[in-house]
Amino acid sequence: MTIGADVDASNETPNFFAPRHRRLFVGRRGLVASTISSALIISAIALVLFASPGGATFRYIFFSGHNLWLAWVGDPRLGLSALRDGIVTNIWMFLLSEVLVLVFGLGLAWCRISQSPVLFPFRVLATAYTDVMRGVPLILTMLLVGFGLPELKLPVISTQSAAVYGVISLTMCYSAYVAEVIRAGIYSVPNGQRLAARSLGLTQTSTMRRVILPQAIRNVIPPLLNDFISLQKDTAIVSVLGAIEVVRAAQIFSATTFNESGLTLAAIFFIVLTIPMTRFTDRLISKDRAKRLAHE
Amino acid sequence: MSEVVLDMESVVKRFGENEVLKGVSLQLHRHEVVCLIGASGSGKSTLLRCANLLETIEEGRITLFGQELTDPRIDPDLVRRHIGMVFQSYNLFPHLDVLENVVLGPVRALKRDRTEVEGEALALLDRIGLKERAHDYPERLSGGQQQRVAIVRSLAMRPALLLLDEVTSALDPTLVGEVLDLLVDLAHQGTTMLIATHEMNFARDVAHQVVYLDAGVLVEQGTPEEIFTNPRHHSTRNFLQRVR
Repeated sequence: MTIGADVDASNETPNFFAPRHRRLFVGRRGLVASTISSALIISAIALVLFASPGGATFRYIFFSGHNLWLAWVGDPRLGLSALRDGIVTNIWMFLLSEVLVLVFGLGLAWCRISQSPVLFPFRVLATAYTDVMRGVPLILTMLLVGFGLPELKLPVISTQSAAVYGVISLTMCYSAYVAEVIRAGIYSVPNGQRLAARSLGLTQTSTMRRVILPQAIRNVIPPLLNDFISLQKDTAIVSVLGAIEVVRAAQIFSATTFNESGLTLAAIFFIVLTIPMTRFTDRLISKDRAKRLAHE
Repeated sequence: MSEVVLDMESVVKRFGENEVLKGVSLQLHRHEVVCLIGASGSGKSTLLRCANLLETIEEGRITLFGQELTDPRIDPDLVRRHIGMVFQSYNLFPHLDVLENVVLGPVRALKRDRTEVEGEALALLDRIGLKERAHDYPERLSGGQQQRVAIVRSLAMRPALLLLDEVTSALDPTLVGEVLDLLVDLAHQGTTMLIATHEMNFARDVAHQVVYLDAGVLVEQGTPEEIFTNPRHHSTRNFLQRVR
């Protein structure tokens, strides 16, 4: 018996051409196929919106131009807050939360990975904190903070607006998630990097700050961005505390006008806000890659 | 013989049940080049790591410039600032360009002035012919170039002693030469080096002393002449026959 691939068993030349039916979507035929499928999908959606029995009513309730405009500018005489003002509240809430989340998330991750005996109690607390905060639904955290803190009757802490309690809750919840993402990022940096930095005589803190974290953060930008998009959308939950942000304003609009176009507008707002964020991060990642691979 | 730089006495290192170093004693003098040879897993890398406190030892003594490193009052960071270490897998920092890689240690650990250090770093890079690549990122360089930058990164700290851990083992055979040439240069300039290597010809050419390790035991030590042409020990002969 011989060892190895067919030495001289095959007297047939192999054929590498794909069978005919597999060649359907290659080249220009692929373009045709994609055009046809897109047209089909779009017609199906249009059919549901325009030809269904309740189509006209549906379009009026969710997409009426007049009501979309009214929701956008608001009307003080009817007691309607403008959604364009509401969204500003959402924007500053998530911007503030994102900064705080990064700071606290980093702190939590640091506590969890540190080996210093001084930080032992923090390590235990940080672990417990991430477990609890990832376990409790955000809406519950929000209600507990929003209605709990005022009950303490403390100066400053108990006299904040609903939006501020919203920011506190979002930060509490998302720090736990982001801490885990950052921790995973830190573990993803090869151990050789730490050894190289330490053998240059860098302290543990310098090693973390100059060598490990810059690489860790780069590695976790996509999941971090994912969490931030989630956070942006979850500013809508602050509506349960009565803050007049965009969703609350839309609900008031619905209750007053019996028209839901405000909700549609609110949805559009959130989409418009998240898309630039995604594109921005994509660009950041490809720029960083290009820089590291650039000639000269 | 000149001043003793590093003195290891009956060093024992265990990883759990596994005894990796079984009482190794070794001395390194100023301007001396010592090559550690032996099969993979014989304890060469561990020995190097113990010398700059990347590993803690279970028994024995390590003395650097007359100071016992096992003393709990010793600050490992201060020790490592005087010992350069180069790794098999280069371990350059991928998020920093070549120049930033070289100046990081002097600037952040020694708190030296950045412009002054950059001048020195560029001079060092010039010596290895990579000055033009100072602002490239490590990914852009070949393995040999990366390893030479890694060596320069250690030299920028002006170490009293250089530890090299199989620095050519990860390299394409065509790139081994340029790295070894640099090490030969360093040896000629009197750099004190402890080198774990599989390059027997290199060891024969540059080493003042060759040490053969087998399964955590220092089997034989001598001049290259003694070890390579007239090994006393059976297992040394055996090993040298297999690597040739």
